[in-house]
Formats: sequence, C-alpha cells, structure tokens
Amino acid sequence: MQNEQDQILSEVTSGEYKFGFYTDIEQDSIGKGLNEDVIRTISEKKNEPEFMLEFRLKAYRHWLTMEMPRWAHLNIPEIDYQDKIYYSAPRQKAKLKSLDEVDPELLETFEKLGIPLQEQKQLAGVAVDAVMDSVSVKTTFKETLAEMGIIFCSFSEAVREYPDLVKQYMGSVVPYTDNYFAALNSAVFSDGSFCYIPKGVRCPMELSTYFRINAANTGQFERTLIVAEDNSYVSYLEGCTAPMRDENQLHAAIVEIVAMENAEVKYATVQNWYPGDKNGKGGIYNFVTKRGICKGDNSKISWTQVETGSAITWKYPSCILKGDNTTGEFYSVAVTNNHQQADTGTKMIHIGKNSRSIIVSKGISAGLSNNSYRGLVKVLRGAENARNFSQCDSLLLGDKCGAHTFPYIEADNQSAIIEHEATTSKIGEDQIFYCNQRGISTEDAIGLIVNGYAKEVLSKLPMEFAVEAQKLLQISLEGSVG
Amino acid sequence: MLIIKDLKASIEGEEILKGINLEVKAGEVHAIMGPNGSGKSTLASVLAGRDLYRIDSGEVKYNGEDLLEKSPEERAKDGLFLGFQYPIEIPGVSMVNFMKTAINEMRRHRGEEPLSASEFLKKMREKKELVEIDSSLTNRSVNEGFSGGEKKKNEIFQMAMLEPKLAILDETDSGLDIDALKVVAKGVNNLKSSENAIIVITHYQRLLDYIVPDFVHILYRGRIVRTGGKELALLLEEKGYEWVRKEEPAGNE
Repeated sequence: MQNEQDQILSEVTSGEYKFGFYTDIEQDSIGKGLNEDVIRTISEKKNEPEFMLEFRLKAYRHWLTMEMPRWAHLNIPEIDYQDKIYYSAPRQKAKLKSLDEVDPELLETFEKLGIPLQEQKQLAGVAVDAVMDSVSVKTTFKETLAEMGIIFCSFSEAVREYPDLVKQYMGSVVPYTDNYFAALNSAVFSDGSFCYIPKGVRCPMELSTYFRINAANTGQFERTLIVAEDNSYVSYLEGCTAPMRDENQLHAAIVEIVAMENAEVKYATVQNWYPGDKNGKGGIYNFVTKRGICKGDNSKISWTQVETGSAITWKYPSCILKGDNTTGEFYSVAVTNNHQQADTGTKMIHIGKNSRSIIVSKGISAGLSNNSYRGLVKVLRGAENARNFSQCDSLLLGDKCGAHTFPYIEADNQSAIIEHEATTSKIGEDQIFYCNQRGISTEDAIGLIVNGYAKEVLSKLPMEFAVEAQKLLQISLEGSVG
Repeated sequence: MLIIKDLKASIEGEEILKGINLEVKAGEVHAIMGPNGSGKSTLASVLAGRDLYRIDSGEVKYNGEDLLEKSPEERAKDGLFLGFQYPIEIPGVSMVNFMKTAINEMRRHRGEEPLSASEFLKKMREKKELVEIDSSLTNRSVNEGFSGGEKKKNEIFQMAMLEPKLAILDETDSGLDIDALKVVAKGVNNLKSSENAIIVITHYQRLLDYIVPDFVHILYRGRIVRTGGKELALLLEEKGYEWVRKEEPAGNE
C-alpha cells in the first residue's frame, strides 16, 4: 500500500512546467562577469543620470564587503557571480512609438504566456508592464492612467523622466546596505516598474508587472517602486515565468512600497519561475527583498503571494508600520514539490500607535521538498496597543517532505497583544478515499483539498488571478498525492 | 445487483472476512448485524474499494461486472455509495463545491452535461427538504466542526444528492439520539425505491424499527452465520450476541 501511495505521489508531483519555452530573439548582452566597468556599462547603456551610477557603485562596493546569508533553512549551492551575465536586452529600436514597432517575436512570447500587450485585447481593467530579461518591453494603458496623474512606467524610464521622485524614494525602504542580495540588485539592477499614485487618486485598474527571464546564464535583477500619496489607492500584481534550463538562474529583485497618510497599497504576487525538473536539476534561485513602509497615519499595505515556482525561494515581504493606526497584512501560499526549497515569511515592524498586523501563511510541501515559514513580529517601545495575529499552517503531501516554522517575536511595549497559531496537517488517505467514494478522482481530490486549504489566501487575490492561481496550485502538485 | 461469493479479506496478515456469501437484488433492504470486530465495517470498506485491505479470494459481481477490479471512484460512479461510520472532515472545501464536483463527475461518466449553477442549487434545495437536513450544514465546509449527528445526516443528504443504485450505510445509527435517528431513517425511507438497494450495517436492532429490512444477516467472526427476516433482529435483541456465540460450532473458533 505504501508503494502504491508513493507511486500516486510521484505521478502527481511530476506535472510538467507549462512555461518552459524559450524565445529565439536577438539579444544585446554584455559579457559575463561583474566589476565596476560592467556597472558603468549598464548605466551607460541605460543613459542614466550621474546619481544613478553613483548609487550603483556605492552599492557594489558595499556588496563586496558582504557575505551571502546562511541563516535560512536552505541548502544553497555556491554561486559563481563572475559566471553570470548582468545585462541582456531583447534588441529593438531605440524608442518605441507604438506597439507596431515591438518585435513580433516578443509580442508572441507574451501572448503565449497569456499576457496580451495589445490594449484592446487586454483583460478589462488591467494595465501591464512587461519585462523580459533586463528591460521593460511595453507598458500598456500608460496614457489612460496619465490623465489621472498616475505614473506607471518602466523603472528606466522613471529614472530618466522623473529623477527627483526616484532619487527621493529609491532605497528609502530597502537601502542598498540592507542585505547581500539587495546590495547586488542595487548595483546591477536592469529594469522593473515604477508606479506613482498622486494624492486622493484611486487607481481605477489593476496594475501588473509581468517578468520573464529568457536569455541563458543571465541574472534578472529588477526593482519595483510604488509610491502612494495621501488618500490614494492602488492594487498591484506581479507574475513571473522562465524557460526550462538545466543550469540554475539567479533572480534577485527589490520591491519598495511607500504608503502615505490614509493610502492603501495591495501587492499580489503569483510567482511561477521554473522550479527545476523532477530530479532537482535547473530552476531559478529566487532571492528577493520586498518591503513596504506605512509612513503616514492610517495607511495600509497588504502583501499576498502565491509561490509555486523557483528551485530556491528566499523571500520575506515585510511592513514597517511607522504611522499611527497603520495596518500591515501578509497572506501567503507557498507550494514546494520535488526538490524545491522555500524559506519565506514576513516581518511586521510595529512603530506607530495602534498599529495592527495580520499574518496568514499556508505552506504546502510535497515530494522531497522543504518548506519553511520564517517570520518576525517586532513591537517597538512607542507602539502602544500594537496588535498582531499570526497563523502559520503547514500541509504535507507524502512523508518525504519537510515543513518548518520559525516565528520570532520581540515586544518592547507592555500593551502589545501578539497571537500566534500554528498547525501541521497531512492530506489524509482517508480524505482522499472519502472524495474517491463520491466519484472524485485522486488528482481532483487533491486539487479540492489544497484549494480549500489555501482559500483564505486565494480570496485576497484580484478575481481574474484567483482563478489562475487555483489552477496553478493544482498543476504544481500534479502527480503528488498521497 | 450485488452477488458476493466466498469473499475473504485480510489486513496485515490477519484474516477478517472468512468467506462471505451474499446476494442483494434491486428493491431490497438488507441489514447486516453483528458484534464489534465481526467484520461489518471491513465488508463495507472492501465493497467501496478501500485499499487498506487485501482481497485473498472470492468474487463480487455488481450489475454483472467484477466490482473488485474497479477503482473506488469508478465504483462510486457506477452508483455504489458508502455512508461512512466516521465521516471525514475536509476543511476549507464547501459542501456546495464538494457535491457539485461529485455530481458533475458522475454526470460526465454517464455522458451527461454538467448541471448549471441554478439547476444544482435547485436540486440541493429539494434534497435538503427530502432528508430534512438543516440548511446551514450545506453552507459549511465538508463535515468540519459538525456534531456526530450532523455528520450522519450529512451522509444521508449526500446519498440523496447522488441517487445511488446501491447504498451501504455503515453504522449510520451509532452515536445518534432518537430524534436524529428518526430523521436519518426517514431520509433513507424516502430514498428507497424498486430500482435501488440498501445495505444497512448496524449494531443495534433499534434502527430496524424505522428502516424495515427484507433480510437480516448476522455476521460473526468474518462469516454470515444466520440469515432471516426482520424477526431475526428481534430474536437477536432478545437473546443477545451470546446466543450466536454459543450456537457457533467450536471448529470455527
């Protein structure tokens, strides 16, 4: 019986990665390796102002003094940073006036991924910034948004067109000294998205960035900066995929969010980088620093993530609750299968009075994978009546995977109330049999059970993406049930 | 409809069913009674296809086909329903979603179109009335936080929704107070027809006051040792299982 179960398990876990194709497109890349000249070249290629180059060089010099973090519950192979390419861009005409000038191969790639860039074909109400390898390919609905004063463009464009805004906020939430990968990103970042919502404006559509790694041996280092002024609102979604390759690829991104008084920012991620094959070969190393600051009173930042891809995930979307009555939220579903490893969670830093945070983390492990939740709730002295509720659940499929929970709590204010609940459960054979007895196949039963388990988090996603995410969960676990 | 011939099954090397013979025809209600550990639930599980048990020998024909060949979900789609002794909780999965998935799987199996949302809800309303189940149960996750009685009623509700040809109710009466027992029995009686058959597995005679069987079988140490009409249950009630034990030939110990 055990054998049979193992067999079903291995069948379910061997589902194919759907986005593993590669686009053959002419690339403008620089050679492998990392040094100050490479950084100067990147900055030059992007026509950056002097302050950007200085920022990059400072970050690079700081990075050289740092060491790769080893505290996560991850087994990270040695990475040869000189063996990577730090800039690669699909070659295209210098300035695009219209979509007709975008390389049709590129358009086709994004069509294949289900991200049509023609605005008339768009899902109603979603503006997309598409980033392939190192550069932003196309941002849709830019003009519509501009009428309301909303800026939504590639990060490179923002550096050129809105240098004051970039200078003011870039690195204000995640300084380049923050950690090893943040320093690396700050030195070599290529592109990403920039979003600015002016005072009192509710962004009328979902904003979305779609990241695609295409070129081989290339690291992708994008940064996203979202600034929401007083009384504004924006909902943001990020998606990512990569081709199947035998070698590991590096992805080290930064996302910074600034929410001013009464502003609300929702940031959702559906992360589906190539996870490697059944035997653990290939896959993306996903080392990401995401952090938001609730700077003004009554502001709110909400992170929702559905993490199904990547060989290794190291990621802790966090909130600094600086203003009074601020709210930070973190909703996460992390799925690991085969040989995937994930160490993910959040940090909630309570500084303002009456600041509240909620953490809901749902880990799902299958195959030989390891899935850890790591979270910090920190209440500073001045944070009167801070309140946190954390719930960390782990679901195991089979008996060869691991689930771990590392909650850290530091409270320096007596009035703080911090609650932590954790559960670990296994998809039981009896649950599957119960479904089978009602005519539901084992695969569908797992889909039902896993989606039921993750429902609380999935319900936080914008509608269109919730459906996608549900399917993704099922596909990620295809072949894995026990 | 169901013909069981000399069925032997074991778990971890221990023989539980030691040669079961049973025939059930459409329109019949059979009761299987027996003391704890006699193999009642094992028989139900084996018929539903639970892989905890090894089939050592014998055969089971269901509507002329080899039942033991089929997977649990195929058996279910062919109209075999098991009312669980201990219904399983599935947190986060709504009863609506669960039943809709199950019904549409079965419809697909029969080559029918899936039910539309409104058709499905209508059916759900009708069946809820038929089995007199509390409306709020179907708005919750499958069996999650249900009381013992609610779980059992929910099994009968599912049976009503799925309209099985052969329903096996495994100790559906255990742990029920008399009111809940009446509701469950009424639900079952409402579902009885000349087209389908029901096997009621029970420990006590009292359920049979409400669900009147055509045949009563006494299962003892893996064998059916007595078969009779509904009066057999009364005799058993009066004399107790001691009586069966004494009557059992020593050679079978």
